[in-house]
Amino acid sequence: MQNPYVPYPVRIDDIAIATEDKSLKTFKFVFLNAGDEEKFSYNAGQFAELSVAGIGEIPIGIASSPVEKGFVKFTVFKAGVVTSHLHNMKVGDIMGLRGPLGNWYPWDLLEGKNILIVGGGFAFTTLRSSIVYMLNPENRPKFGNIDVVYGARTPGMLLYKDELIQWEKRDDINMHLTIDAPAEGWEYNVGFTPPVTEQKAPQGDDDTYAIVCGPPVMIKFTLPVLEKLGYAHDHIIMSLENRMKCGFGMCGRCGIGKELVCKDGPVFTLDQINQTPREY
Amino acid sequence: MKLVSIDKKQWENGLDSLRASYRLLGPSKEKDYYSFKHLQEGEQPDFSFLNTRLSPKSLLFPQSEAIIEYSLDSHEEDHHVMKAIEADASPRAVLGIRPCDAKAVTLVNLNFDTDAYKDPYWVKTLAATTFIGLACDEPKSTCFCTSVGCGPYHEEGLDLLLVDNGETYLAKILTEKGEKFFKTASWDTHDGDTTLFDSKKEAAEAKIVSTVTTNNLKSQDILDLHGAPFWEEVSFACLNCGTCTYTCPTCWCFDLQDEVHGNSGKRFKNWDSCMFPLFTLHTTGHNPRDTKLQRVRQRFMHKLKYFVDKYDQGIMCVGCGRCVNQCPVNIDIRRVCALMNDYKADELACVVQK
Repeated sequence: MQNPYVPYPVRIDDIAIATEDKSLKTFKFVFLNAGDEEKFSYNAGQFAELSVAGIGEIPIGIASSPVEKGFVKFTVFKAGVVTSHLHNMKVGDIMGLRGPLGNWYPWDLLEGKNILIVGGGFAFTTLRSSIVYMLNPENRPKFGNIDVVYGARTPGMLLYKDELIQWEKRDDINMHLTIDAPAEGWEYNVGFTPPVTEQKAPQGDDDTYAIVCGPPVMIKFTLPVLEKLGYAHDHIIMSLENRMKCGFGMCGRCGIGKELVCKDGPVFTLDQINQTPREY
Repeated sequence: MKLVSIDKKQWENGLDSLRASYRLLGPSKEKDYYSFKHLQEGEQPDFSFLNTRLSPKSLLFPQSEAIIEYSLDSHEEDHHVMKAIEADASPRAVLGIRPCDAKAVTLVNLNFDTDAYKDPYWVKTLAATTFIGLACDEPKSTCFCTSVGCGPYHEEGLDLLLVDNGETYLAKILTEKGEKFFKTASWDTHDGDTTLFDSKKEAAEAKIVSTVTTNNLKSQDILDLHGAPFWEEVSFACLNCGTCTYTCPTCWCFDLQDEVHGNSGKRFKNWDSCMFPLFTLHTTGHNPRDTKLQRVRQRFMHKLKYFVDKYDQGIMCVGCGRCVNQCPVNIDIRRVCALMNDYKADELACVVQK
């Protein structure tokens, strides 16, 4: 019987500061035991519990992509007990990884469709995983147009900036990067994510799905924009967060009605969310 | 299924024979209350109880259970690697569990033993446990088991059911585990009187006069119930003390916490409660169930609606009455169930909107 509480032991292989204010770091983990990486086989959109002996665990979306092998990456905001401890850890330190957990963006359903991705701030981790997955030469033909609207306060607060700039140069993905206020050397959009979405995103139709991930205020103002653009509620896909402990549907706290964010989610369509009491 | 009669004079000898193969657990009185505990050599279960104060769920799902251990000493190989503490799966028998508490085990099992994930601590302990039930002939006034798919002679979750019959116990052997237990005890028995069993059962069921009605819960709309106006009044007196969730035999929510002493540490699985604000508090300070109204509503919605919709096995309540008895402000699940079951959202809708 697989014990779902026991994390795979991992070593921190690299730590990179992810934003100019140093509040986010990207951790690269390698598995200590042969075979564990295979067992950790995941899909873009899933999360895992980062587990630190003596401190505790924290659920974080997987930022690396299923097409990247040999490691897993997580970009972590320094916020609470576990993440603050994590930010002080060093390359070479041993910790644990429990997962992969939760469902994922519905890749089977999305095949052959146009994809609009709307992200804001540091909620871009599983979106990065998804974009890297879709842009993989084997996968790219499976999808129609790919549009990405991604906004942050300043250029230095955009996650994975080097990759964003590379994607800007490609012709098989339409990037719409934006920052809140003009900045020197910034040659892309200026303005909050919702209005930029309104200007740049493609119209919604049966064959176009929007994946939205961002801070509550961005979600609040983006949803009406998507509705206006013609996206049906079952074509708007979101990823929820709630306080979690076990991550596999037993400890009971992350419920939003009868659905549990950890096991039935974190990915839900807006249509599904509308049928819950929205306790997130 | 076999019904036998055990002479009470033989009872203790049988238990002594069982001790070689089973750890025995049973009700025992401490100060004013009963609880289930390990019975030491020569110690007998005290069957003079009606209901234990806490349910025996802790025998399978301890209030605090160490599940993982690790060393933080960097000189040690494998330091910081988290390792499972294996569940104790030695055979044990729980003597005198009430039918409602045994049925509760089958409900909690829905949470801990699923197709996708299994909690090995729960699953292994459950597999190692034989449940010897004790039928209730004198229920409490707050017992309402018969209207929630249970009853004073209910057999679900039990391996053997004992019925007190004066000088003897009637024992109904229900499963292979029960058969094995019975054989190990090697009581010298006679055939049991089936007619007597049935009449005692009928009499016991007739004594349960408190009921709930649950027939409409399934068809009620989740959002209608969630938005119902009665939650304000239901939750008004609640102290969020968590007594209801801790005494409940079907409440399964838990927390995971690390504890470190020196260079070694353990991760514990501890009971938690939806009554506590910290249960759902985000690191940002945002709390999706910030008010006690939301938390009280969560408890009742989970038991009487979400569970009903998710599992289609009735409500997440066995009618033991513990929360009714022990709530310091007299919040009564029977009344809340009635409010939810009888709720008609339409009647409150504005006439003009229709």
